[in-house]
Amino acid sequence: MTPNDRPAPPLLAARGLRFARNDEPVFGPLDFSVDAGEALLVQGDNGAGKTTLLRVLAGLLRADEGEIDLDGQPAGTSRRARAIAYLSHLPGLKADLTAIENLNFLCGLHGRRRAQLPENALAIVGLAGYEDALARQLSAGQKKRLTLARLWMSPAPLWLLDEPYANLDLEGIELVNRMVQAHLREGGAALVTTHGAYAAPPVRTRMLVMSKGGMQ
Amino acid sequence: MSTQTATLSGAARALLARDLRLLWRRRGDALQPALFALLVVVLFALALGGEKQALSKVAGAVLWLAVLLAGLLSLDTLFRGDAEDGSLEQWMLAPVPLAWLVAVRTFMHWATSALPLLIATPFLAELLYLPRDQLPVLLASLALGTPLLSLLGAVVAALTVGMRRSGILVALLALPLYVPVLVFGAGSVAAAAQGLDPVGALLLLGAGLAVALVLAPLAAAAAIRIALS
Repeated sequence: MTPNDRPAPPLLAARGLRFARNDEPVFGPLDFSVDAGEALLVQGDNGAGKTTLLRVLAGLLRADEGEIDLDGQPAGTSRRARAIAYLSHLPGLKADLTAIENLNFLCGLHGRRRAQLPENALAIVGLAGYEDALARQLSAGQKKRLTLARLWMSPAPLWLLDEPYANLDLEGIELVNRMVQAHLREGGAALVTTHGAYAAPPVRTRMLVMSKGGMQ
Repeated sequence: MSTQTATLSGAARALLARDLRLLWRRRGDALQPALFALLVVVLFALALGGEKQALSKVAGAVLWLAVLLAGLLSLDTLFRGDAEDGSLEQWMLAPVPLAWLVAVRTFMHWATSALPLLIATPFLAELLYLPRDQLPVLLASLALGTPLLSLLGAVVAALTVGMRRSGILVALLALPLYVPVLVFGAGSVAAAAQGLDPVGALLLLGAGLAVALVLAPLAAAAAIRIALS
């Protein structure tokens, strides 16, 4: 049997993932997997543990129990760094740098797709003409778009998007959906947290519904 | 998908360029440590009445204190800004080791807060009537001691990065770590003043620097991971 006959391992698989803060369970145990070309919509009320789940997957927090596999291999620090791009609540932008300087720095830090130039990425997220604007002068929605540009440049196949729709106008929501769609078409995958189903990308999605003190 | 991966040197270059730009955009803030050190030195000179005899005796110790306090002043800004706007989170997720980024950031801190003082030291030493033959020893001790202070300070700053306001806590935590550096640094100048051999103290500073160069970034990186989790 050649390796091609076997089904490819899921891009991300979690088994028995559990996290507790000060002995108080936040979520879990959770079992789920995300294949390439697929999006996982993580839904739940405020405080249900969506952000915590993403931070555990990104490696910013350590799970109390359970395993995380990336591409069929246990997720270590270096594997995570190459496979995961994380869009956090905090933008990670320096207020005193311009949009393009912020983007260049983050590309130097994370690497980038060779085909993508920072100027193009800015144009894609609708920030053409704002290259030399300081990040402090951008509105909350424009800052969000700048972080989306960073995500677009990232070579990582797995996107962890924490509330990507926050602060965005209707056109921005459409933009996120288009980006996720294009990313999935190229063989990537995405985990998207929302607290409602109002803005799901039109792609093959699985749902993970989290609720306080447990999960369904 | 064709990618351009992040390399150690590439990430370091990006971080250095970023910090230099930020420094230039806030050049008023950047001058603070140097002005503070100047203030300490001038006040000391005035307090001792500009008396050459008294000043030349304490000049080495005063300069060391001024440099140490100026470094302490800017310590809190080392990681706090990056923690608050989420940059540190992105550092932790980058393919390059966090310890490497911490080391580069600490080098920038030293280059922007201590290096200008090092360059100004000969002038400040004149102000305090430091005997000329002690100047090389003072410069050597500062050249070895200030990077050591920055590295030790980075660990302390990393430990307190999770707190909203650390203020005096940074100074309290840093103090016991700074004392040996101050003792050997100022001690080397004092030994030279008494005609003794200052090399022993300088070598100890060098040894401390070698150890801290390896261990401090690792410790600071671990502290940041704990503080932000």
